[in-house]
Amino acid sequence: MPDLRANIAGIRSPNPFWLASAPPANSGEQIMRAFDAGWGGAVWKTLGQPIQNVSSRFGAIHHRGARGIGFNNIELITDRPLETNFREIYEVKKRYPEHAVVVSLMVETREEWQDIIKRSIDAGADGLELNFGCPHGMCERGMGSAVGQEPRVNERITSWAVDYSSVPVLVKLTPNVGDIVPHGRAAQRGGAHGVSLINTIKSIIGVDIDRFVPEPRVGGASSNGGYCGAAVRPIALHMTAALARDHEFGIPISGIGGITNWRDAVEFMLLGASTVQVCTEVMLRGYRIVEDMIEGLDEYMSEHGFATLADFVGKAIPAYSEWGDLDLNYETVAKIDAGKCIGCQLCVVACQDGAHQCIHPTGEGRVPVIDEGECVGCNLCQIVCPVPDCISMVQVDNGFQPATWNDHVATGAALRPKKGAH
Amino acid sequence: MSSVAQTSVARARSENAFSDFKPAYNEAQAMAEANRCLYCSDAPCITACPTGIDIPEFIRKISTGNLKGSARTIFEANILGMSCARVCPVETLCVGDCVYNQLGIPPIQIGKLQRYSTDRAYAKGWQFFQAGADSGKRVALVGAGPASLACAHLLRRRGHHCTLFEKREVVGGLNTTGVAPYKMKADRAADEVEWLLAIGGIEVRTGVELGRDLSVADLERDYDAVFVGFGLGPDGWLHAAGEDLEGVHGAVDYIERLKLGQVDLRDAQRALVLGGGNTAVDAVRELRGLGVADVRMVYRGDEAHMSGYAHEWAAAKVESITGVWRTVPTGFVGQGGKVAGVTALRADENKRPIPGTEHTLPADLVLLAIGQGKLGALLAEVDGVTVSRGRLVVDDQQHLGRPGWFAGGDCANGGKEVVNATAEGQHAARTIDAWLNDNHSLRGGQHA
Ligand SMILES: Cc1cc2nc3c(=O)[nH]c(=O)nc-3n(C[C@H](O)[C@H](O)[C@H](O)COP(=O)(O)OP(=O)(O)OC[C@H]3O[C@@H](n4cnc5c(N)ncnc54)[C@H](O)[C@@H]3O)c2cc1C
Ligand SMILES: Cc1cc2nc3c(=O)[nH]c(=O)nc-3n(C[C@H](O)[C@H](O)[C@H](O)COP(=O)(O)O)c2cc1C
Ligand code: SF4
Repeated sequence: MPDLRANIAGIRSPNPFWLASAPPANSGEQIMRAFDAGWGGAVWKTLGQPIQNVSSRFGAIHHRGARGIGFNNIELITDRPLETNFREIYEVKKRYPEHAVVVSLMVETREEWQDIIKRSIDAGADGLELNFGCPHGMCERGMGSAVGQEPRVNERITSWAVDYSSVPVLVKLTPNVGDIVPHGRAAQRGGAHGVSLINTIKSIIGVDIDRFVPEPRVGGASSNGGYCGAAVRPIALHMTAALARDHEFGIPISGIGGITNWRDAVEFMLLGASTVQVCTEVMLRGYRIVEDMIEGLDEYMSEHGFATLADFVGKAIPAYSEWGDLDLNYETVAKIDAGKCIGCQLCVVACQDGAHQCIHPTGEGRVPVIDEGECVGCNLCQIVCPVPDCISMVQVDNGFQPATWNDHVATGAALRPKKGAH
Repeated sequence: MSSVAQTSVARARSENAFSDFKPAYNEAQAMAEANRCLYCSDAPCITACPTGIDIPEFIRKISTGNLKGSARTIFEANILGMSCARVCPVETLCVGDCVYNQLGIPPIQIGKLQRYSTDRAYAKGWQFFQAGADSGKRVALVGAGPASLACAHLLRRRGHHCTLFEKREVVGGLNTTGVAPYKMKADRAADEVEWLLAIGGIEVRTGVELGRDLSVADLERDYDAVFVGFGLGPDGWLHAAGEDLEGVHGAVDYIERLKLGQVDLRDAQRALVLGGGNTAVDAVRELRGLGVADVRMVYRGDEAHMSGYAHEWAAAKVESITGVWRTVPTGFVGQGGKVAGVTALRADENKRPIPGTEHTLPADLVLLAIGQGKLGALLAEVDGVTVSRGRLVVDDQQHLGRPGWFAGGDCANGGKEVVNATAEGQHAARTIDAWLNDNHSLRGGQHA
């Protein structure tokens, strides 16, 4: 039986699955239900000076029949009295001593930070998460992403928090920056014990084209919001990996952004996340999704012979390299399994209009043919093909030794002739 | 007494002529269907399943690639989930209650997804359950059909030793001998029995019949508790003239013959099946599938009032089977000892025969599917046991009136489905476990 217990920066939980700071972690009653369902930890909905929210608050992207693949919100931090939150944190910790309860915080002045950190720890917080990420509303007030986008401010506030705190401090980073690395390093310099990423991405989810108002609509207007859900996962994965492989950055990462199931979680962990947090999928499907996450992770670890999370956290990092270090002589071509092809010819149109014009209808039957001499091995046809395992990308032996662009520039290593470049 | 479970069936069986009416999903089909599931909360499909399988959860697990977990979710609620996936009348159970029906969108094919998941679990040899620590208690189970098998498996998980007494040479009850071969064949039912018995510590004695080879006193002497799951009795008969002619058979009996061995239908041109229930509908489809050209179902009432499922009858009609409605059989006519037809009266809208409407329906094969007998009489003399119209009366915890005696499945519910027998068997196991853990036992007369 693999051991699913997690430990990030000294914060322990029975498994690596945490609720992210957001509506699913808004109250003690909710968090206790989540723990009962199997969640290993929760980051409490961000505490600070309680705010007043707008109505409505959320919007979503529905695409080709799939609902909510991307999600956005214009809600702010907690709107509940701080005393209520602290009382509930105390209750939860008392009843669930083994679970991780991390309290997310966002205030302005040094005194406020000192005060709210003390009260959080008194209530029983296992750790703190500094919300330097919210990209709407709070940043207009000089908090959230306004802090996270400015490494010096980030470092300064982090160092205050670390000074005042007797429990581990995670800094939650905003993805609304050109390069995440300086921001992760700033948190580390400030003394943070770990980082969480990503918070939401600045966005406008859509426009009501008859009322001429962006969404979500608050009366006759809207505002930019924070984008999250399955669609943001690639951005979050990249930022996680960028920090995990940075040679200066050396503190643990709690991965967030578009995680919907155990597979998504494993991807984050392979790219360096020690724990993961989930918001949108819980909002869309409920706490119950964790049963499959635990079981799926357990099975994945068993199959691969991983005894503990540490056995695979970061395992894909060495394979994340610079473009210039990729082997230019590695060559693949697409192959169609005629027995599986259903004749939709989506690959034909994709290759003709979107790639290198090397898939052709034969005129006989509907199974297309690939001109392998012209195929550049781009994957587009495989991506559009609706039939599993019908199109595969097969390696071709072209007789060339591996050679990267950097090798080529440095030593003149021989490159195979270009394909599809007429 | 033979003491080895016979979990294999003959190779040459007439039923082999059938292919699946609902073919198995391949991976692409299963994924497409699983991804369509809304993952409803407090889903109506769960409530519609007598064993309460968490259907949205097992389907979500298929979609995430957690196949093992999906099968576990199914088997935790229903240890016969593999056969139920094939034989359940899902149209009237889970699938019938899928919320998509309300949108006019095809409902999720829960049975097919359940089959996909459980078939893979079998193929991979996944076993999810282990016998509990030995309790030292012994439970006898009468009959080795779905009710007893489900009961025994759960009792075994709780550490009790189980012995099944089965009068037939094959195990599995009607799952092996009765269900239509286009849903499941006998060898697949045997696979299930084998998979289930792999938990160990469940002994099966075939060829042992309660009332003939075994008495109530024997059971009370040797076991701590008894579960009765002996199902229904043999086919009912009209008791009319000519019933003993060659070519007149009970439908359940005939179905058993075509499922376990071979029937000779070379001379059958015109078959009549008497009845309007599910056995009748199965029988007509089976005869048609085995090549009988003209197959008709003769029923006292209207098409709209037949008790067989509408979806099954609709499929029968597609197979060019016809119904003879408002017709009451009265006897059989023969030629040279062989049946040549059924005499009948027409009926009014209340199924009452109309005098003076005698006529003869020609036939060279007649199956009677007018209901099965009940076996309650076997226990009618036993103190405390109440039998009502042949059915064993149980309370909502599956207790028979006599301490230490429990029952479930067709013998107690009067004849429902495999999934009901499974649910009742599992429910009884929980009751029996609690009773035994209270230090009760039949042995030594320590009655509660
Ligand atoms: C033709 C037919 C088709 C059916 N098709 C379906 C279907 O498609 N789907 C569905 O869900 N349900 C179907 N059913 C109903 C289903 O088979 C039953 O509801 C279910 O099998 C009941 O399980 P059970 O364990 O109570 O009884 P059974 O399956 O009847 O098992 C009882 C067992 O007890 C044994 N037994 C009987 N008397 C004694 C005795 N005195 N001593 C020892 N052993 C004894 C019998 O040999 C038998 O093996 C069908 C029934 C019939 C008749
Ligand atoms: C409605 C909503 C409210 C949120 N509120 C907070 C918050 O108070 N504090 C915070 O740190 N992040 C907040 N987030 C961001 C999430 O914690 C998370 O970082 C982000 O949604 C990405 O994860 P996901 O794709 O799993 O949703 C909120 C997100 C949503 C959708
Ligand atoms: S989800 Fe609940 S709070 Fe939100 S709009 Fe619907 S009913 Fe209201």
